[in-house]
Amino acid sequence: MRTPLRPLARILSARARGENPDTIERENIRLRQEKSRDTARARSEGRLLLLGLAFVMGFGVIGVRMGLMASADPVEPRSASAGAQILAGRADLTDRNGRMLATNLLTHSLYAQPKDMVDPARVARELVAIFPDLDEKAILARFTDGRSFVWIKRKLSPEQMQAVHDIGDPGLLFGPREMRLYPNGRLAAHILGGASFGAEGVHSAEVIGTAGIEKALDAQLRDPALAGTPVALSLDLTVQATTAEVLGVGMKMMNAKGAAAILLDVDTGEILTMVSLPDFDPNDRPQPLLKGDPADSPIFNRAVQGVYELGSTFKIFAAAQAMEIGLMTPDTMVDANAPMVWGKHRIREFQNKNYGPLLSVRDVIVKSSNVGTAHIALLIGAVRQQAFLKSLGFFEATKVELVEAAGAKPLLPSRWADIVTITTSYGHGMSASPLHLATAYATIANGGVAIQPTLLRRDGPPQGVRVMSEETARHAVSMLRGVVTDGTASLGEVKGYEVAGKTGTADKPRVGGGYYDDKVINTFASMFPASDPKYVLIVTLDEPVETTGSEPRRTAGWTSVPVAAEIIRRVAPLLGLRPQVEPVAANAVTLVRN
Amino acid sequence: MRPVLYALSLLAVMGLAFWAYRENYATQKSLGVVENLQAEIGRLREALAVQRAEWAYLNRPDRLRELAAINFDRLGLLPFEPEQFGSGAQVAYPPPPGLFVSGAVDVSGISDLVGEVVPTNELQVP
Repeated sequence: MRTPLRPLARILSARARGENPDTIERENIRLRQEKSRDTARARSEGRLLLLGLAFVMGFGVIGVRMGLMASADPVEPRSASAGAQILAGRADLTDRNGRMLATNLLTHSLYAQPKDMVDPARVARELVAIFPDLDEKAILARFTDGRSFVWIKRKLSPEQMQAVHDIGDPGLLFGPREMRLYPNGRLAAHILGGASFGAEGVHSAEVIGTAGIEKALDAQLRDPALAGTPVALSLDLTVQATTAEVLGVGMKMMNAKGAAAILLDVDTGEILTMVSLPDFDPNDRPQPLLKGDPADSPIFNRAVQGVYELGSTFKIFAAAQAMEIGLMTPDTMVDANAPMVWGKHRIREFQNKNYGPLLSVRDVIVKSSNVGTAHIALLIGAVRQQAFLKSLGFFEATKVELVEAAGAKPLLPSRWADIVTITTSYGHGMSASPLHLATAYATIANGGVAIQPTLLRRDGPPQGVRVMSEETARHAVSMLRGVVTDGTASLGEVKGYEVAGKTGTADKPRVGGGYYDDKVINTFASMFPASDPKYVLIVTLDEPVETTGSEPRRTAGWTSVPVAAEIIRRVAPLLGLRPQVEPVAANAVTLVRN
Repeated sequence: MRPVLYALSLLAVMGLAFWAYRENYATQKSLGVVENLQAEIGRLREALAVQRAEWAYLNRPDRLRELAAINFDRLGLLPFEPEQFGSGAQVAYPPPPGLFVSGAVDVSGISDLVGEVVPTNELQVP
């Protein structure tokens, strides 16, 4: 009940006592204000309490949930739909048409828990009967030396697994394993490399790439976000198989100890074929050599890692550069009087011939004149020569997607003296891999645009830097065509495909310095068809010798060129290239009407 | 009025409880089915991977080349070569429809017969 501010009774009595009645009113106002303040405080205290409780509950719920999540065992969500995201860890590799190059296969590993084993001696004996490569004594020692866990085999075939099952010992256990399988065996072995196991557990193991593209693209292949999407390489399996077959036969016929071939699409830089012989089975990758020359091991990729002096195949670069900077035209006559004396060096032609006194630039290439090229290079000068070779990619390792590529840097002379300018112009003194050569020839073949070689399928045309004019490139291609029609590579003519190319014969350098007399590297760098080059093919043979004649022949024109020609004859139809001439009439009955 | 409302809400609670009970079991059952299906999908995927690998293994170029060589007398397969490209002009037109002859008679067969009836050497074609 509301108290009046001026209660009549008290005011009257106050007045009677002669006091000021206003004090009563003020006193009442004060009491009323105190009361309302108390209720307001009580209400806000209640609200604060409520809010505090709400926060405590909220944080409490979150805290309890976090605690539960941290302590609970992980469970796969039962209701979520299983998609591709839980598929096999490592992505497949396919060729450009989707044919399988590498895939995963589920198999089992074998391990033992010796403490559960009933009869270790019998188990060891029977295991050795199944796996002859195991040593019975060693494995029995490991079963009985008190350890509780022993790995026995990483991969088992189903038959072996059944045989181990039949031993029937509770101490032998199997764990699932995903293994990498290369169904095509030796084909493209150097590109694929190989795979092995990384961190291993009982229930699963990491599959990691150990070499080649498997190692270079390891992160991408294992990325769970990509959900095992197959990676399409630029290789064409059919073309690769054909090239490997022909090159293998050619290597045997030419008595070479090694061979390499690269087929490159000149516009996109896609590597359609890369073969290096001898090869190996990536399912069972051999160990690298611990001593001696690594190039003697089959795992050595000659096409990418083999850094060689590539010989006369370099001459076209000097000629192209001379035309590009306007020093010369294909018909300019240059001094080709052999031998040429430069300081204490004498530059000679093959078999001490003399093509001089004057040769046109075109004939320098067609006849492969060292002296003519040397004079062209001296006119160009060391600085411009280096810049041009650099723009063609000869000064750094190729960026192809192989883990070995980064280690294969071209070998360059430390000082670029005039004699280096001369020798480099005909491919001695500096070394590069066949892949470098293929890249540079592709630049000439596609009209002067530098490309990056790649092992991945490219869908759009890549952007490259123009390093020479289209006219220069056209002249260079026509000179290379001349080498095949009237020059050193006459065995390279393939009817209908207008092969253009340049031979290169380089003496192998001795380990101690100097060169071998009877060991050569023969290279044929070619492109086809010359009227509109689509593909570049490099064939390199290591220490070939052609023995059908009266004396052994070691020039590229007799060894690499016929092998390359046969490769082109077999491979060009597979690439869908139609021969340019009218095909011979088949034995078809011609319809005659009368 | 109020007791009726109490009774109705009690019934509603019981009905909802029964519904929730059934839904719970139906969900558990569906989850079980989904799990089985997923396990089966996993097994089938594994089998598919094995079969893909086997297909690639059986179709490897080395093996196909050897098979083509072994069965050469039956199949006569040769490597693809430039000479096998043809041009459109080499494709023959279909032969023109010939003269349609019906009821053809074996002329040499009846010549003797004709000779007996008519004593001449002329052949008579009906």
